[in-house]
Amino acid sequence: MSDAAIRPKIERASLAESLKTRAPLALVPALALVGFLAIGSFPTWVTLTVAGLAMGMMIFIMASGLTLVFGLMDVINFGHGAFVTVGAFVGFTVLAWLAGWTSDPSILINLTAVFLAILASMAVTGLLGYAFERTIVMPVYGSHLKQILVTMGGLIIAQQLIIVIWGPDAIHLSRPEALQGSFIFGTALVEKYRLLAVVVGLILFLAMSYVLNRTKIGLLVRAGVENGEMVEALGYRIGRLFLGVFMTGSALAGLGGVMWGLYQETITAHMGSEIMVLVFIVVIIGGLGSVGGCFIGAMLVGLLSNYAAFLMPKFALVSTIVLMVAVLMWRPQGLYPVVKAK
Amino acid sequence: MSEPLLALDGVHTHIDQYHILQGVSFQVPAGGVTMLLGRNGAGKTTTLRTIMGLWHASSGAVRFDGRDITALSTPDIARLGIAYVPESMGIFSDLTVRENMVLAATAGTMDNSRLDWIFELFPPLKTFWDMPAGNLSGGQKQMLSIARAIVEPRRLVLIDEPTKGLAPAIILSVRKALEALKETDTTILLVEQNFSLASRVGDTVAVMDDGRIIHTGEMAELAADRSLQERLMGLSLEAHQ
Amino acid sequence: MISKLLSGDRPGSPILAIVVLAIFLALAFAPFLFPGTRSVETAARICIFIVLVASYDLLLGYTGIVSFAHTMFFGIGAYGVALAITVMGASFAAILVGAVGGVLVAMLLALLIGLFSLRVKAIFFAMVTLAVASAFAVLVSQMSAITGGEDGLNYAIPSVFKPATKLMDGRLFGVRLDGKLLLYYFVFVCALILFLVMLRMVNSPFGRVLKAVRENAFRAEAIGYRVVVYRTAATVLSAAMAALAGVLIAVWLRYTGPATTLSFEIMIDILLMVVIGGMGTMYGAVIGATLFILAQTYLQTLMGAASEATSSIPLLPHLIDPGRWLLWLGVLFVLSVYFFPTGIVGRLRGRSA
Repeated sequence: MSDAAIRPKIERASLAESLKTRAPLALVPALALVGFLAIGSFPTWVTLTVAGLAMGMMIFIMASGLTLVFGLMDVINFGHGAFVTVGAFVGFTVLAWLAGWTSDPSILINLTAVFLAILASMAVTGLLGYAFERTIVMPVYGSHLKQILVTMGGLIIAQQLIIVIWGPDAIHLSRPEALQGSFIFGTALVEKYRLLAVVVGLILFLAMSYVLNRTKIGLLVRAGVENGEMVEALGYRIGRLFLGVFMTGSALAGLGGVMWGLYQETITAHMGSEIMVLVFIVVIIGGLGSVGGCFIGAMLVGLLSNYAAFLMPKFALVSTIVLMVAVLMWRPQGLYPVVKAK
Repeated sequence: MSEPLLALDGVHTHIDQYHILQGVSFQVPAGGVTMLLGRNGAGKTTTLRTIMGLWHASSGAVRFDGRDITALSTPDIARLGIAYVPESMGIFSDLTVRENMVLAATAGTMDNSRLDWIFELFPPLKTFWDMPAGNLSGGQKQMLSIARAIVEPRRLVLIDEPTKGLAPAIILSVRKALEALKETDTTILLVEQNFSLASRVGDTVAVMDDGRIIHTGEMAELAADRSLQERLMGLSLEAHQ
Repeated sequence: MISKLLSGDRPGSPILAIVVLAIFLALAFAPFLFPGTRSVETAARICIFIVLVASYDLLLGYTGIVSFAHTMFFGIGAYGVALAITVMGASFAAILVGAVGGVLVAMLLALLIGLFSLRVKAIFFAMVTLAVASAFAVLVSQMSAITGGEDGLNYAIPSVFKPATKLMDGRLFGVRLDGKLLLYYFVFVCALILFLVMLRMVNSPFGRVLKAVRENAFRAEAIGYRVVVYRTAATVLSAAMAALAGVLIAVWLRYTGPATTLSFEIMIDILLMVVIGGMGTMYGAVIGATLFILAQTYLQTLMGAASEATSSIPLLPHLIDPGRWLLWLGVLFVLSVYFFPTGIVGRLRGRSA
């Protein structure tokens, strides 16, 4: 066989390939370094970096579902932000019911309350995702124009229904006792809740990577992103797969909503559409459909937002737009463009 | 001949406003290789895709093993034991060779002795087992695509132009694989432009033109009759010899 | 003559022609037909939104691109005038400088956005414009030293447009001939001219290429049209028109702020007007904008009454509260995209064809 002659070519290709895939990984530490040089103070830098990573993790949780849904079914859901908002409201409602638990001095009872709130909001947003996919999204497969319009319409309806149910005013809720206050590392101050957000985000990212790389469902999702027709020809129902991913993505948005709400300690009916701006920037930076790119993009946006908010407060959001433009100049399809068959 | 494994009866297929298949009728007998020949654009790929349910026939019937599968969805058709090797090969380039095979083994785990048999047919697959399939050469991708279709015993394998653009050495191993597959009691419906390969592996043949079947019969008969070849397919096939 | 003014693009259905003519006549004689501050206010809004919606349709309907930055361009035009008047004082020169500046900035920004996001996928454009427009709105509200922040800018306009200015003694059909009347006709004539210019654009060879790109970008590219160039050009032109509409609203309201120009709610309003009126036809903008603004002005009052009348029933009063106006619009919007994608104009034309 001729494979002996072909092998060196493959190794060369894979070297170039690996360089191409690893280059974006260096961006996060590079940005952290630039941030350090610009800020100058080590304790401030540590505080801001943890804050940035925490924010990035929360955005990642919200954005991952969106990017996967796009990759798998070529559907862009402009109503994704509605799940963030609903998740936050359901979570806050549960936490308000459990007010006795959240003010309890025991960390365990505090965390149980948060856990129950998260569970409830993920269940509700997951089911809502089911309804949304079946009624709003399914009739408009294949037409981006209609998808954008219809999911935007869905977002308006959802936002208004939230106001009907929970009222038009912002809701305030303090974090449970155990999640208030800060740790002090040397001279650096790190909020407990931010650290928790980083840990939860990391666990979720690792779990997601495991599922996508090591399980059959994950392989099917990745295969479906590239060539859904072939996945069907092998005998798998991609519609069900898609519905599952859509529901998971919605539930993750709900989780992100609860976490974001606890981070801000205030929620409004418009929070979802406000966060969606950052989510879109992250998804574009990462490359539509790429989970790994989405993670890096989220970290970059989180860090940059916090550094910029410290250095030039009025330009925090604008700085992320500049980042997006810079990435698009380097890679017009985002950091990790997703290969599509045909 | 007993009941055919696959039978198309007056199948019409529209793609958007185009009327591609205009009443296709032919049969694929159980066992052996049926060749589907014809010029580019005659409707061969559309025929395979219609059988697979990737396009749906607007009228007519596709019967597999006596059962009407015209309206079934693609996954249901695949689960009846029909595998498809598309012209584009449909490799998942983001996945490794092994992962591509794992997904193709719908019943569950891969059978080791069958895997050894596949490695014997296509040694490069063993060499690059844990490499991303996207890094394979064109010929190796074709091997993987066929291997995926036969990772488990299938009753019918649809293969669309497997030798297109491949080097002679690789065409040879594809041909050997087809011959080995024939011996396992698998029925093959093969679209092929390479006439010499077609006449070597084919048992029966159907020739298409302009969305219709214009000839059916034994492959050997067609291979022996030059004037019939010329009448059915013009000179285009000669160029591939 | 009329056919030439309309660039040969007739309404194409008798009912549609009557409706469009009726809207034209109503707007042309609004101060006389419907005297009163509120109705003239409404008529001017309709004129301005017809231009704004038509310019959005240039993108959505004729080019098949979804943009969420249209209010940004609208706002740039308005803030251009507001800032110029604030700096230079109330004069026509200031309005002109502001308008030219605003239009140029809008075009430049549209060009940049187009170059970055239209190269890859049209869907990028929707996401990028959403992000950029939000960032712009935040920036404007934070740079309060210049823009007045959330409060916006109040300013004077040239005195000839002031209600206190009497143009002539006496009344015509019972209407005072004052500066406000002149201002209304200034807005009306400008809007009419801009609308006719856009009608010309979409019926020019350029407009036909846009439609070809929308129908099948791949084929248009194969024939030899640079799809990116045409899409970007449409984006830039549409931005310029939106900025001009912004100039009109800045002059008319004597006030420019985020709520009247940049808010996302206005973006949603524009989307609704285009879809309900009918995408891909300039007359759709006329009908959509007119219907929507009439409904916005008068239907909400009705909803308020209904809400109070049903106050004893649970939940229902909340659903028909005038504040929930957007809820019903959202439902209407989704339903019209599904069942009514060509809008009112498409329906009317379909019936006559």
